[in-house]
Amino acid sequence: MLNWIVGFTILIVKLGVVLLVLLLLAAYLVWLERKFLARLQIRYGPNRAGKFGLLQPIADTIKMLTKEDIVPAAADRFIFLLAPAVVATTALMMFAVVPFGSHLTLWGRQIPLVITDLNVGLLYVFALSSLGVYGVAMGGWASNSKYSLLGGIRGAAQMISYELALGLSLVPVVMLAGSFSIVDIVNAQAKYPFIIVQPFAFVIFMISAMAESKRIPFDLPEAENELGAGYHTEYSGIRFGLFFLGEYVHLQILGALVAVLFLGGWRGPILPPPVWLFMKMIFVALIMIWVRGTLPRLRYDQLMALGWKVLIPLALVNIMVTGAILLI
Amino acid sequence: MNDAVEAVKALAIGFATTFKHLFRKPITEEYPEYKRPLPARSRARIILTRDPDGAERCVACYLCSAVCPVSCISMQSAENEDGRRYAQWFRINFARCIYCGLCEEACPTSAIQLTPEFENCENDILALVYEKKNLLVDHQGKDKEYNYYKYAGVATEVGKKGEHVKEERPVNIKSNLP
Amino acid sequence: MTLYAIIFYVLAAVIVVTTGLAITRRNLVHVVVYLVFSFFGSAMLFYLFGAPLLAVLEVIIYAGAIMILFLFIIMMVKTETFEERLFPFRQWLPVALIGVVYLVIGALIVSSAPGNQVMLKIALARPEAFGEYLFQRHWLAIEIISLLLLVALVGALYLGRKKAEDDI
Repeated sequence: MLNWIVGFTILIVKLGVVLLVLLLLAAYLVWLERKFLARLQIRYGPNRAGKFGLLQPIADTIKMLTKEDIVPAAADRFIFLLAPAVVATTALMMFAVVPFGSHLTLWGRQIPLVITDLNVGLLYVFALSSLGVYGVAMGGWASNSKYSLLGGIRGAAQMISYELALGLSLVPVVMLAGSFSIVDIVNAQAKYPFIIVQPFAFVIFMISAMAESKRIPFDLPEAENELGAGYHTEYSGIRFGLFFLGEYVHLQILGALVAVLFLGGWRGPILPPPVWLFMKMIFVALIMIWVRGTLPRLRYDQLMALGWKVLIPLALVNIMVTGAILLI
Repeated sequence: MNDAVEAVKALAIGFATTFKHLFRKPITEEYPEYKRPLPARSRARIILTRDPDGAERCVACYLCSAVCPVSCISMQSAENEDGRRYAQWFRINFARCIYCGLCEEACPTSAIQLTPEFENCENDILALVYEKKNLLVDHQGKDKEYNYYKYAGVATEVGKKGEHVKEERPVNIKSNLP
Repeated sequence: MTLYAIIFYVLAAVIVVTTGLAITRRNLVHVVVYLVFSFFGSAMLFYLFGAPLLAVLEVIIYAGAIMILFLFIIMMVKTETFEERLFPFRQWLPVALIGVVYLVIGALIVSSAPGNQVMLKIALARPEAFGEYLFQRHWLAIEIISLLLLVALVGALYLGRKKAEDDI
């Protein structure tokens, strides 16, 4: 019984720490994005609240928490209130299977540095990301506004299309590691990171990941200049904040997934493992921001053509080639 | 195949451009620290100017009030002892003013003028209602020489052209001597 | 009552309630949402029984892909609201009768089956074992099904393309 209680406490502590780091990081990722994007566009970015604008995320959080939470009169109340929670929850839950170190030894107990090592970890991530679509689609529908509806429909179509490419691009990684468990995948990269042997899978995954997290060049569900803000046009206050949080947590998760699946996860010399994972995540996030600062938004047909006619066939060919090489 | 190479090249150029921007000094002018000098004819806060003699230019003709598209100018005209009109009170509601500059164009005496000074915001909206004492300044604004009465030239009961107070003789248009 | 039993009953209750709501709601989008909850509950149940792969596939395919397509269509259709709350008597009488018969048979089976007192052992089906079982024992069925799906896909493509040519 004592053992069980200790195990449970450790789990709760791990959950708390990871959740705290995720939320804090989401806030500062917004700051990083604004700052880095500004430099790409020869601007300064936020620099008023605190040194280098470092207090800006806190100011934004306070603003969002204290703003009025408006539910439009014609909205479908139940779904309208549910949708942002779906987006934020699914994004936060995805991190449960990402390992941020091998294990820690405290008072003779080995604590694995992962919340839970599911043997279908990778599929679990996909399952949650496919549930995240509901938040977007339902939020768009429930707002009862044409811009939101268009945003929601676009979001749903885009995310299910790119989920296929996302999943298929990872099949070679699973084949190389021989397991769906993310811990095993990291362990399989002990000698070399998979980006060296799977550059195509890496590129396909990065592009689909950007589409999956609805970032510019793939931000059609939001498309400020055509749809207002798309599926979250009608949201305000903390509910908009949840959408926002979900988006940036999603960005972190995808950064972490790229790091874990292609860049060797927490492996790296000298520095402690969580720091390596963190650095790799930030690196991936910076690349995504760079892409955002460079490319214009795709047209809808271009988006679909890229997903179905380029990425999915490429991913399938990649699977066949990898399979052939593995057999030989 | 050629298209693919072109596309990759185009992408690479784009990414290189934004990457180079990282090392450039931002072109942002940071406002409260650095205030860009605005052109003299920028349209912002409205003033009532005086003529070179130091008298008020405004003759309370109501033209600015009439032309104002948001009706933010109001005044009351009065006559002083020598029969000249002046504004007893003059009021501009800057909370409504859209800084279109039509009042300045309508003004026959160059009294009402817009200045580049734009930092006139208040927490209390009533503080944006400017009275005559707030509007009147001690200079000529953009029009340094113009003195309306010198060229007024209207025959009235008091006198003929050029016979009024501070009025110059009309120019002889038949002659080109000064 | 073990912890697993408690979780089982909670999940079962969630599934029954959400499915019940799904078949009684008039708003089609609400139906889809409740059905997704129901699928999610069944996925958790699968996980509880030691089949994580099935659980995850249930969420990815049923909750994540198929229901989103339903939602997609429903969202674009203007939902009509029906005034009457109940179907006519003639329509739901057979349903109720069959339901009662089902309930009775189920209760009989559960109470008379010899194995009902024995707790199932907690087993874990790893994805590898699942894959081997499926692709070594039932490869023929899988090939036939995949062929069927391919035919359907080609058919859909043909129909879509023909229409596009007519338009031009």
